Amino acid sequence: MANAPSLIEVDHVFKTYPVADRGERLVLDDLNFRLVPGEIVAVLGKSGSGKSTFLRLIAGLSEPSNGEVRYRGQTVKGPVRGAGMVFQSFALFPWLTVLGNVELGLEAMNVPKEERRKRAEAAIDLIGLDGFESAYPKELSGGMRQRVGFARALVINPDILLLDEPFSALDVLTAETLRGDLVDLWQDRKIPTQSILMVSHNIEESVEMADRILVFSSDPGRIRAEIRVPLPRPRDWNSPGFRSIVDQVYTLLTTTPGGAAGKRARGEPGAQQAEGQEFAVRIPDAPQQQLSALIDTLMEDRYRGRADLPDLAEYQNLSVDDLFVLLDGMQLLGFAHVGGGDVELTAAGKAFSDAEMDERKAMFRNHLLRNVPLAAHIQKVLQERPNHRAPAQRFLTELEDHMSEEWASDTLDRLINWGRYAEIFAYDYDTETFRLEEPEEV
Amino acid sequence: MYRLGPWARFWQLELPHAMPNLIWNMMMSVSGGWFFVVASEALTANGQTIVLPGVGSYIATAVDQQNLKAVGYAVLTMLVVILLYDQLFFRPLLSWSSKFKPESDGTGDLARPWFLTMLQKAGLARGFRLAFAAAGQGWNRTGGEAFRRGLTLIGIGRDGPMDRAASIPKWVERVYDVLLVLIVGYVVYRMAAVVRTQIDIGEVVHVFYLGLLTAIRVLVLIAIATIVWVPIGVWIGLRPAVTRQAQPIVQFMAAFPANLFFPVAVALIVRYHANTEIWLSPLMILGTQWYILFNVIAGASSLPQDFKYVARNLGLKRLIWWRRLIIPAIFPAYITGALTAAGGSWNAAIVSEWVHSGSTTLTATGVGAYIAQASADGDIPRLILGTAVLCIFVIFLNRLLWRRLYDYAAERMRLDDV
Repeated sequence: MANAPSLIEVDHVFKTYPVADRGERLVLDDLNFRLVPGEIVAVLGKSGSGKSTFLRLIAGLSEPSNGEVRYRGQTVKGPVRGAGMVFQSFALFPWLTVLGNVELGLEAMNVPKEERRKRAEAAIDLIGLDGFESAYPKELSGGMRQRVGFARALVINPDILLLDEPFSALDVLTAETLRGDLVDLWQDRKIPTQSILMVSHNIEESVEMADRILVFSSDPGRIRAEIRVPLPRPRDWNSPGFRSIVDQVYTLLTTTPGGAAGKRARGEPGAQQAEGQEFAVRIPDAPQQQLSALIDTLMEDRYRGRADLPDLAEYQNLSVDDLFVLLDGMQLLGFAHVGGGDVELTAAGKAFSDAEMDERKAMFRNHLLRNVPLAAHIQKVLQERPNHRAPAQRFLTELEDHMSEEWASDTLDRLINWGRYAEIFAYDYDTETFRLEEPEEV
Repeated sequence: MYRLGPWARFWQLELPHAMPNLIWNMMMSVSGGWFFVVASEALTANGQTIVLPGVGSYIATAVDQQNLKAVGYAVLTMLVVILLYDQLFFRPLLSWSSKFKPESDGTGDLARPWFLTMLQKAGLARGFRLAFAAAGQGWNRTGGEAFRRGLTLIGIGRDGPMDRAASIPKWVERVYDVLLVLIVGYVVYRMAAVVRTQIDIGEVVHVFYLGLLTAIRVLVLIAIATIVWVPIGVWIGLRPAVTRQAQPIVQFMAAFPANLFFPVAVALIVRYHANTEIWLSPLMILGTQWYILFNVIAGASSLPQDFKYVARNLGLKRLIWWRRLIIPAIFPAYITGALTAAGGSWNAAIVSEWVHSGSTTLTATGVGAYIAQASADGDIPRLILGTAVLCIFVIFLNRLLWRRLYDYAAERMRLDDV
């Protein structure tokens, strides 16, 4: 297989985006990849790791800042005609019927009317929507709409299918059915497509479908590792082979090259941190309520303080993105330790779970002040000022010296959630100020 | 659920929810307002010429005296005034009102207006907000409760669950309907009586014919404006960077009272002996064409990113791209713009088909001219007839054309659900 002529070659590709008055941001860093005929490849990573950008580069919808993308040996300079795309949002045109939507690509290729109609009807039949040709998208359920999305992509007889989180917007059962149908079509060679490249943030889904999994790391996006999935199809989620690969992926995703979660949470990589400004560190989107709930879950009999990550994700019905963000938060505050595909509560975490409401607040407060310099900084400023008030803008400006405006705003918002619970400060939304006293009764 | 009486419901729930839209529409209304304030400052009615102190009369006088420099100053002043209005009042208000939006857009479309930021830093706005919030809380605690109780006592507002409060008894509705029919019927009867005294049926038919001419003018002008501005609007709307620059400019153009340029137009028409039937018409659309432009820009800029990817992936070129993607996508927005532009043009017809500048009066054949002439002569019956015919035409066009198109657009082309 390694010597088969590649369909897609990604050769030392870099992608940067200009950021308002901060120069450029590196989104994809030195990617190298080959897609050969006869395989399904999954691209897995957290949100923000540039997986969708990667897909768009391959589709020719975007150009690399450096390096080259080749389709069948030719440099990609515009949208690749042999690539059919399916989108998370379905992206069906609401003013066209199912038939109209599916015919669209053929219409653009100037295929004569009769032939167009026949081919479109065949594609619609293939994905199981025979009879719905004259329905409008808004009359269809989510699963049906995505089937139309597949039909639209397949009807042009593409060499490769590029799927951008195609099942993420569907409920669990519908996604499962659609996945199964797609793999069946693929295996039985009912579709002319030679290879499929699928972006996903669902680990189990990727292990179920793919022959190879590319694991991306974030900030900037890099291909961290490649995992082969030699299991025969159809694959059983509970088989030991399956679970072992899932574990491998979790491990890869939870250990960053070069160290602890703290480093991951930092602002721009390599940013110089001036004296006394160590507080400019990004805070994960982990509201206190959810953190507490997860800590409590970890103390259940089932886990007794230590959990296997895939198991925890399934039990709590959390996606990779949601789970890892909470884990980051717990680790940052010192309530848990993550590593080797597992999460374990620290002694403090266990004590937190056992404690009453007031004690919890006190513990949270201590950990927050100790581990998150921004919280301590705000408290210090409020204490020093005679009227014990400070405008949010002041802290925003300080943060913006080390990170983008959007990150700064997010970080402050998340800290406000934590700080209010810990009762370190009160925050008035209307006037956008922090203050030390108790909030007024409304 | 929380048992908000209707007054509290209004202030706490309905008004804040409506706030962003309310402010936006207020901005648009002020634009329309400028036009008519300027127009009304130099009125010729009932044989008298009434001149009010204001920019409108200033320009009229300036043109009378052939004083080009004065005209220039007036236009410049208008530019500055509208700019101030926009920057110091409306934009900060709009930005403040966005806090009432239940979900935040996250697209960063409203850049923090510099004036708002300045005010906030100066503590003035904060002072206002604190005062307002305190007043609100104070009212809630004291007057609000008493007010609500009072309303309940006299039968308005309910003490019980909200759903009971929503229904109006059937008989009240019936009475309302009957009253409406009676009042309207009476008014029409009186109007017809007045008209009949001085005008024969032949003239009435003639006025309808005039209305038809004006209607044709409006539709032709809308068509021309569409052909010109839709492609431009689409081009702008698909490029976010350009949109951010262009939006304020276009809104500004829409706010500027076009009738300030009328005297200039009159001078030009006279100079080149142009046919007034044709060349007075553009005045009708001068101020209103911008509604088409910025609605199309808004429509094009809200096209989902994924749709653009689909178009490029499937290789949709030129004709198909327009026919299958862009036109259906912007259709609802376009119709809104065209509807507004048409309405504005009808209004403008009254001051555009009969233009008076110093000793020169230019007219075109149409119901607008008829009304303006009747107004100048103080001829009440003809004034009533003309206005009634205008209203009938507008209502019919609205119901038969615009309403139908709008419903069609809303039904077929709503993007939000898919």
